[in-house]
Amino acid sequence: MKALVIEDDQDVANYLVKGLKESDFVVDHAADGKEGMIMAASEDYDIMIVDRMLPGMDGLAIVKTVRATGNQVPVLILSALGDVDDRVEGLRGGGDDYLTKPFSFTELLARIESLVRRNRQSSETETVLHVADLEMDLLARTVRRAGHNIDVQPREFRLLEYLMRNAGQVVTRTMLLEKVWDYHFDPQTNVIDVHISRLRAKIDKEFETPLLQTIRGAGYMLRETA
Amino acid sequence: MKLLSQLRTSSFQLALLYMVVFATSVFLLLAFIYWRTAGFMTAQTDETIEAEIAGLAEQYRGSGINGLISIIRERVARDPNAKSIYLLTTDDFLKLAGNIQTWPEESRSESGWINFTLDESVGWTGPERLARARIFEVQGGLRLLVGRDVDELTNLKRLIEGAINWGMGITLGLALLGGFLMSRSTTRRIEVINNTSRRIMNGHLSLRIPTRGTDDDFDQLAENLNQMLDRIVYLMEGIRHVSDSIAHDLRTPLTRLRNQLENTLMSVDNDEAREQAARAVSEADQLLATFNALLRIARLETRGNTADMKPVLLGELVTDACELYEAVAEDKDQRFEQSVDSTVSIEGDRDLLFQMVSNLIDNAIKYTPEHGLITVEVRKEGDQAVFEVGDSGIGIPDSEKDQVFQRFYRVAKSRSMPGNGLGLSLVSAVAEIHQGSIRLSDHFEGAESPGLKVTISMPAYTVSPKRLKDTQTLPAAESAADASHQLPDAPRN
Repeated sequence: MKALVIEDDQDVANYLVKGLKESDFVVDHAADGKEGMIMAASEDYDIMIVDRMLPGMDGLAIVKTVRATGNQVPVLILSALGDVDDRVEGLRGGGDDYLTKPFSFTELLARIESLVRRNRQSSETETVLHVADLEMDLLARTVRRAGHNIDVQPREFRLLEYLMRNAGQVVTRTMLLEKVWDYHFDPQTNVIDVHISRLRAKIDKEFETPLLQTIRGAGYMLRETA
Repeated sequence: MKLLSQLRTSSFQLALLYMVVFATSVFLLLAFIYWRTAGFMTAQTDETIEAEIAGLAEQYRGSGINGLISIIRERVARDPNAKSIYLLTTDDFLKLAGNIQTWPEESRSESGWINFTLDESVGWTGPERLARARIFEVQGGLRLLVGRDVDELTNLKRLIEGAINWGMGITLGLALLGGFLMSRSTTRRIEVINNTSRRIMNGHLSLRIPTRGTDDDFDQLAENLNQMLDRIVYLMEGIRHVSDSIAHDLRTPLTRLRNQLENTLMSVDNDEAREQAARAVSEADQLLATFNALLRIARLETRGNTADMKPVLLGELVTDACELYEAVAEDKDQRFEQSVDSTVSIEGDRDLLFQMVSNLIDNAIKYTPEHGLITVEVRKEGDQAVFEVGDSGIGIPDSEKDQVFQRFYRVAKSRSMPGNGLGLSLVSAVAEIHQGSIRLSDHFEGAESPGLKVTISMPAYTVSPKRLKDTQTLPAAESAADASHQLPDAPRN
């Protein structure tokens, strides 16, 4: 997978490039907006990571120009500006996700992988999701595991759906709050953990192989364990 | 009650003191006038009597006792109204001449000036009157009384006394009224200063005490207070600026440190080293979170309420927060009661409001022991949307209720609990942006663990017909939960 990092801060850039390479990405790095634009136009990338504040050019301007050429590459915007207004502006400007500096690499990676994967499954028209023997019918709104019906609350349904759509990938707590609860805020305590453990009790407790796993220091992952 | 409190003001008491001084002066002045006028009139009477005596004495020296008797008779005949009073008697008080019949009983042994009443006892037939007279013995064992009717004089004195009494009364009345009016206008101006000060203390630090532009002493006081406030704000901002700069400047190197640690974490194989690196990373994350919270509060406080505010269904938002946190309360076996009027909306920033609401609910759950009670309420009170969270924890002592909104303030009893002391500062900053006011009170007053009740009232949002026309995207919930920051991959049911 190819990633383009447009970031002027050398330290952040090195950190990103190193981390992405270790996660098996092929990484190009541009230190200013102009160079970044040329690279984005000449190569096909799976993901672009763009700093909001770049010398000579606003990161948002790059995203807008790229989008104007019909390029639908997923874009993650990095910014030191964390206000809601800035987020909204960044996402309206064509960004697919927005991450405030400083961020942990696991958070960034989880988001990148979710973006890349979503881009690959170009259509979301499937009506039944499968992970191992877990099955979710989006139309009938039912959940079954190994043929047994599992009764879940509406919010648990959305939580499970998000986990299933991102099966095999790390999903962070912040991502869950943003995408399942649809609020962007900093919880003082790990309120998500309580909901995960309830969901776990429903889908894993009475079955041999646990699917919902806690990834220490990162978040959660739904996957089939060997 | 209002009158009573008016009487208690120092300006009224000052007016009262002035009134006492003023009334005393008026009293002394009137007493002086009385003394002078009444004294003058008495002296005049005495002078007239003396002049008459001088005339009689001259007659007596010239023509002896018979001459004296005849001049007395002549004068009596000339004065039918008996303005002047004469009585000449023998040594044993037998009348020889005069216009009264008998010597006044009580002054038979005296000589000099006497005052007596003209009545039957002296053989007076007219209406009773007061008289003043001089008595002395004439050579040859005769007694002479020469006097004047002083009834008019006495009446005049009474009149003056009456006028003085009335004058005092009116003076006191006017002084009281004037004092009241004067003190009221002063009190009003002081009240303006007091009210403004109270609102400033309640957090409206940008308010200033109004001046009249007359440059009087109150204006000068107000201006001085205003300058003092400017100075306080300046100093506060200085402190805030320093702490924010520190947070900002430390954030970048801390982020690098954290990232390097994370790199180390990813590249070492030694389990123990990984464990330690992971702990260090999470410590760094805690520090960063504190710095971020601090900076966020600072940004909110300087932003004011100029931000892009949209109608938000507060009721639904709180229900969402309850749904998120109810599970946490259930894990602690706490009773979680909610009474939410889902129609209540306000104009605001959805994510910030959720932050505020969740901080308060989180606190309530955190500071309430197991099996405790958490209550969440959203209601409308007049034109205010009220959000209220109550718990049954240890509460906050009254002495500390004002301080908990300060950055890094931890209530003494809860220092051992996790937290950075910024949660309520953030709540207060968010409430401020939404023109809200926060009130802390005991949830169960007088109980052993009184709990805490946090009440935030913000101006409610009502859809006016005109606005509805302007923004067709309403109802509120839709436009507030606008998909602008909703990522396309979020599962929407």
